[in-house]
Amino acid sequence: MTAEPLPEHPDFLWRNPEPRSSYDVVIVGAGGHGLATAYYLAKNHGITNVAVLEKGWLAGGNMARNTTIIRSNYLWDESAAIYEYALKLWEELPEELDYDFLFSQRGVLNLAHTLQDVREGVRRVNANRLNGVDAQWLEPDEVAKVCPILNVSSRTRYPVLGGTFQPRAGIAKHDHVAWALARRADEMGVDLIQGCEVTGFLKDGDRVVGVETNRGRILAGRVGLASAGHSSVLAERAGVRLPVQSHPLQALVSELHEPVHPTVVMSNHVHVYVSQAHKGELVMGAGVDSYNGYGQRGSFHVIEQQMAAAVELFPVFARAHVLRTWGGIVDVSPDASPIIGTTPVENLYVNCGWGTGGFKATPAAGWTFAHTIATGEPHPLNAPFALERFATGALIDEHGAAAVAH
Amino acid sequence: MLLISCPWCGPRDETEYHYGGQAHVPYPETPADLTDEQWAEYVFYRDNPKGPFAERWMHSTGCRRWFNVLRDTVTYEVLRSYRLDEPRPELPQAGGNNR
Repeated sequence: MTAEPLPEHPDFLWRNPEPRSSYDVVIVGAGGHGLATAYYLAKNHGITNVAVLEKGWLAGGNMARNTTIIRSNYLWDESAAIYEYALKLWEELPEELDYDFLFSQRGVLNLAHTLQDVREGVRRVNANRLNGVDAQWLEPDEVAKVCPILNVSSRTRYPVLGGTFQPRAGIAKHDHVAWALARRADEMGVDLIQGCEVTGFLKDGDRVVGVETNRGRILAGRVGLASAGHSSVLAERAGVRLPVQSHPLQALVSELHEPVHPTVVMSNHVHVYVSQAHKGELVMGAGVDSYNGYGQRGSFHVIEQQMAAAVELFPVFARAHVLRTWGGIVDVSPDASPIIGTTPVENLYVNCGWGTGGFKATPAAGWTFAHTIATGEPHPLNAPFALERFATGALIDEHGAAAVAH
Repeated sequence: MLLISCPWCGPRDETEYHYGGQAHVPYPETPADLTDEQWAEYVFYRDNPKGPFAERWMHSTGCRRWFNVLRDTVTYEVLRSYRLDEPRPELPQAGGNNR
């Protein structure tokens, strides 16, 4: 295993146009999901009179703050379908976008530390296979073969009793994913407008007809919200209440090391998830802070717990130094599944509630959200993820497969 | 780390407490009359303000009693702690995006 060099940037990525007075579609939020939505609106539906409005800088929110893990080993049929669709798109996108974003299918191990973890893991492997998702159950000696630096001794506090393994899962270089999507969307005529904060909505009765921004009014035939942690704040300004709660979720990286960690390891029970970035940093994620918050930082005691778990699982990490920590704001829904679809306000669509796991879904979120905005109807893949499910009771309870404590 | 003041035990580190979400969410007065949408509202929908937020905390490693905290979700400043039988304190200059 050798460290891969980072790809060269194309000379030209995107224009920085002034906002026009009206568009067919306005997307709020130029993160991965907003950019993917704009890309597929143009590519799949021929809708190019589109603006993506971003209050900060392009892909500077959660897209720049996640741990870049891509996998589709979810339990329920609805989730397996959309995440596996995303994974298949990931497998094609570098070529399609002509931009190497270092999608590395190095596999994901989800460890089991209790009898209940083992049962849940085996069940999920079986469910995955029935849904055409590659999945294996590994005993501790097999886990050690996949990731030799993992401590699978039976004499730790929470010994590794086995794990699920998805070989096609992996990581990608998140910034490059965003830039790749942005470049193609821009080429097809989409206006990517940074430093443009949506402060309100223009409505005609129960219909949205545009947005108020710090750079003036922009009329829009349709408006799609893809603003992650701020989804409920924005939707409320349009008169829509969303069942999400915003929490800080943090991650950290070590300084650079030689390649030592060949896969991605996640542990629900002791709670840490670790991979090694292409450059060599160990990238580690933790659980969310328990309380609601909009500060892009996490609590220190969460780092302590995460590091204790990491060092027990990987004794070789004991002398690594933390280089940098950061937080993103995740919008957590009651069933740990996203909300993608229509709202009670006509022509206003929402893509939110991805909680701790939005990055892996980026292409499928964009594909289905673009379909919903273009046609006014959900795609079969996002139909189950409608806002209405909280009233009908058809929840998609993915707290187990979501794999991050929240 | 937050420094939260338990009304009975005084100021303690956040790690002594368990978080309980939004405060002042009363059980429906006439549950048999609720529509599915109203039940969804009660079970799944909570405020998510940027700014002062009234929330429940339990002093799990101390007196183990629940109480309410008014906390700013942007600055993380703990503005007030108060007992469950006390009303939400009025703030002279409360910000936030709702309520």
